[in-house]
Amino acid sequence: MDLQTPMTEALTLTGIDKAFAGFPALRAASFGVRRREVHALLGENGAGKTTLMNVAAGLYRPDRGELRVFGEPVVLDGPRAARKRLIGMVHQHFKLVPTFTATENIMLALEVQNFAAGRLEIRRRVGQLAEDLGFPVPLDRPVGTLSIAEQQRVEILKALAAGSEILILDEPTAVLTDEEGARLLANIRRLAERGTAVVLVTHKLRDVIAHADRVTVMRGGATVTTADPRALSLDLLTALVVGEVVATPTARQTTPGAELLVARGLSVSAADGPPLLDDVGFTLRAGEILGIAGVGGNGQTELVDVVSGVRRADRGSLRLAGEDLAAAPVATRRARGFAVVPADRKTQAMAGDLSVSDNYAVGGVLRTAFGGAALDHGAMRRAAGEAVAAFDVQGVHRLGQKASLLSGGNAQKLVLAREFSADPKVVVVHSPSRGLDMRAMAAVHARLREARDRGAAVLLVSEDLDEILALSDRVAVMSRGRITAEFPAPVDRQAVGRAMVDHG
Amino acid sequence: MSDFLINWLAMVPVFAAPFALAALGLLVTERSGVLCLAAEGYMLIGAIAAVGASLTFGGYPLLPLAAGAVAAAVVSLLFALLVLVFRVEQVIAGLALVFFCLGLSSLIGSTFGWTSRTVSGNPQWPIPGLSEIPVLGRLLFSQDLIVYLLVPLTALVAYLLNGTMTGLRLKAVGDSPDAADAAGVSILGTRLAAILAGAALMGLAGAYLSVVVAKIWVDGMTGGRGWIAIALVIFSGWRPWRALGAALLFGSIEALVPRVAASGFAIPQYFLFMLPYLATLGVMVWTAWRGGGGGAPRALGRPFLREDRH
Repeated sequence: MDLQTPMTEALTLTGIDKAFAGFPALRAASFGVRRREVHALLGENGAGKTTLMNVAAGLYRPDRGELRVFGEPVVLDGPRAARKRLIGMVHQHFKLVPTFTATENIMLALEVQNFAAGRLEIRRRVGQLAEDLGFPVPLDRPVGTLSIAEQQRVEILKALAAGSEILILDEPTAVLTDEEGARLLANIRRLAERGTAVVLVTHKLRDVIAHADRVTVMRGGATVTTADPRALSLDLLTALVVGEVVATPTARQTTPGAELLVARGLSVSAADGPPLLDDVGFTLRAGEILGIAGVGGNGQTELVDVVSGVRRADRGSLRLAGEDLAAAPVATRRARGFAVVPADRKTQAMAGDLSVSDNYAVGGVLRTAFGGAALDHGAMRRAAGEAVAAFDVQGVHRLGQKASLLSGGNAQKLVLAREFSADPKVVVVHSPSRGLDMRAMAAVHARLREARDRGAAVLLVSEDLDEILALSDRVAVMSRGRITAEFPAPVDRQAVGRAMVDHG
Repeated sequence: MSDFLINWLAMVPVFAAPFALAALGLLVTERSGVLCLAAEGYMLIGAIAAVGASLTFGGYPLLPLAAGAVAAAVVSLLFALLVLVFRVEQVIAGLALVFFCLGLSSLIGSTFGWTSRTVSGNPQWPIPGLSEIPVLGRLLFSQDLIVYLLVPLTALVAYLLNGTMTGLRLKAVGDSPDAADAAGVSILGTRLAAILAGAALMGLAGAYLSVVVAKIWVDGMTGGRGWIAIALVIFSGWRPWRALGAALLFGSIEALVPRVAASGFAIPQYFLFMLPYLATLGVMVWTAWRGGGGGAPRALGRPFLREDRH
């Protein structure tokens, strides 16, 4: 596309400032998108991409700055006003009623007046739209029973059915598999060709390079630059996003020690149906990272639950230096030096309504690190403050603030700080960098390597093959609840990839 | 034996009606995501208000019933203030309201001298012709106005929930307030309307108990029927027709009590009085065993707070 041609932009944001409780989230951010283009908004987590788009969608009112829709200055005092201006946004967390069908969800959002007639009309229109776009969606099943990719399509159809000509997609590929993501991006391209102005909010460089006509990079709440992504190299784009060069990890130096954690014959079966875990065994040495690779849903979650003690195995043993812990409760395992970083940070690893300080200190409370019957809150705060500094947890304005206000990467750093505070012998981590940007991911990975180098045995379960390969000393592949292959270092990526999809 | 059966079944609708009205009211409120433990309280307020209206303005059948419904709705504004504006824990607010209404109703009763005075009851409205049919006429067509209204009322609630945009918004608010909010539905407005409408139905249930069934007001006369209605709603999975069915089931158990007592079976009377509560326990155990609480609005009992950083 010729960038020099003057065109009216469908949506223009100019000099937007927005602060939350005195902390600036946006600083003079400017952004524009035209019809028939896919414009990527690229940046790390916490760079302000979602905040800026929430301003465009009428969810946040800017402190300063101007919004124009098709050249006309507007003030959006809510999502409804944005919808009237033909702006639709698909949020990262879908706004769907899970018990409703797709049709009912769209009827609700479109403020249909007559139920019976509206249902027929919406069903017909949405069905037609879905067909035109190659967007197959079951219209009459509860949305909660649909796959994430299908739910996302419902959200997009909802926005389009409302007549949106400016479509904002917030991290749409983050929740999808690679294949679904590619399909979605192809569909987005088709939408743009039909005349829609599409904003693609993302932190994935590859999506930008492959699928965007223009890219605007955000960093620290400001828009850094707008450019044609094909004119930029991956390295240059990375540097723009991060603001500095992220060091690539160095190869490890140490050699593993004695056998520490030995699992044999771990099995878990569902009430009916195939076993979830089927005779899983592994040996983990001190100072070693064992990566468990596999396509999601092949027993990884169950393995993490069984090893961490959240779920009891039906059969099998789990020996830590000879002591069988297969039936031991979580507290016993923790006392023996287990640290666990579950995949679901928000619900399993943190209590979002509690303070940053409490979320950190709860790890030490059972060890009576902060006093016995009466807790020493001062000591808890001091320890939390030190950990926040040591682990570089950003966005902590007060130690008493709710932990749920932290961004994903910073929340994960806080969890790691807590889990590593007692110098664990065994570390169980599940998808530690899911949804994190590059810088946060690098920090998390560095912490895991540090733990390994201190002599901890690390069980790394991840569906992200890059992550597995970057960290693991050995790799095992899970498929249908079994460990089907094992690879010593150096690990051949192709071989692991084949083992992941081979269900033989 | 057939006399026993007919006498028993003919009484079932009268005993079932308060359960059905209260359960429908609860269902309307709870489908909006507001946990309503105050049923017993609304029924007491409805009962005393109806007796008061009847003693003050005469026995005209509709006025006392309407007074009961309106009075309960007015009291429910207090509940709405607590749970919607102040976001008080809904269990606590509901319990507090029950005890408040228990006290308020007996205070009103003794202050105005309405306690233990019989009111002229709501006459039965036999339907000409149909009521002459043997057996069936007695069971179905020699009842009072409220009983006749039960089926249309249940149909109305079911239609409202499943066939109108109002119902769609109500269910959205109860299942997924975030999604409803994003769709531009007023969460607090919808919940307020649901609390008022539900309380009116529960008040009507109490009014029916005092002016139609008992024809008298005594303190605490609802005797735990509000609590049973709460169990019925859980049992019914928050669905109107099932709630009506469950109400008929419990009505038939309650109707059994005076019949058995009158027939001279040697069963301790307190055991008979216990039957409905025993049945409630049984139903709850069965519901739990079956994988309980299915159909509950997903946001039931959770106050709504917009999750953004304004």
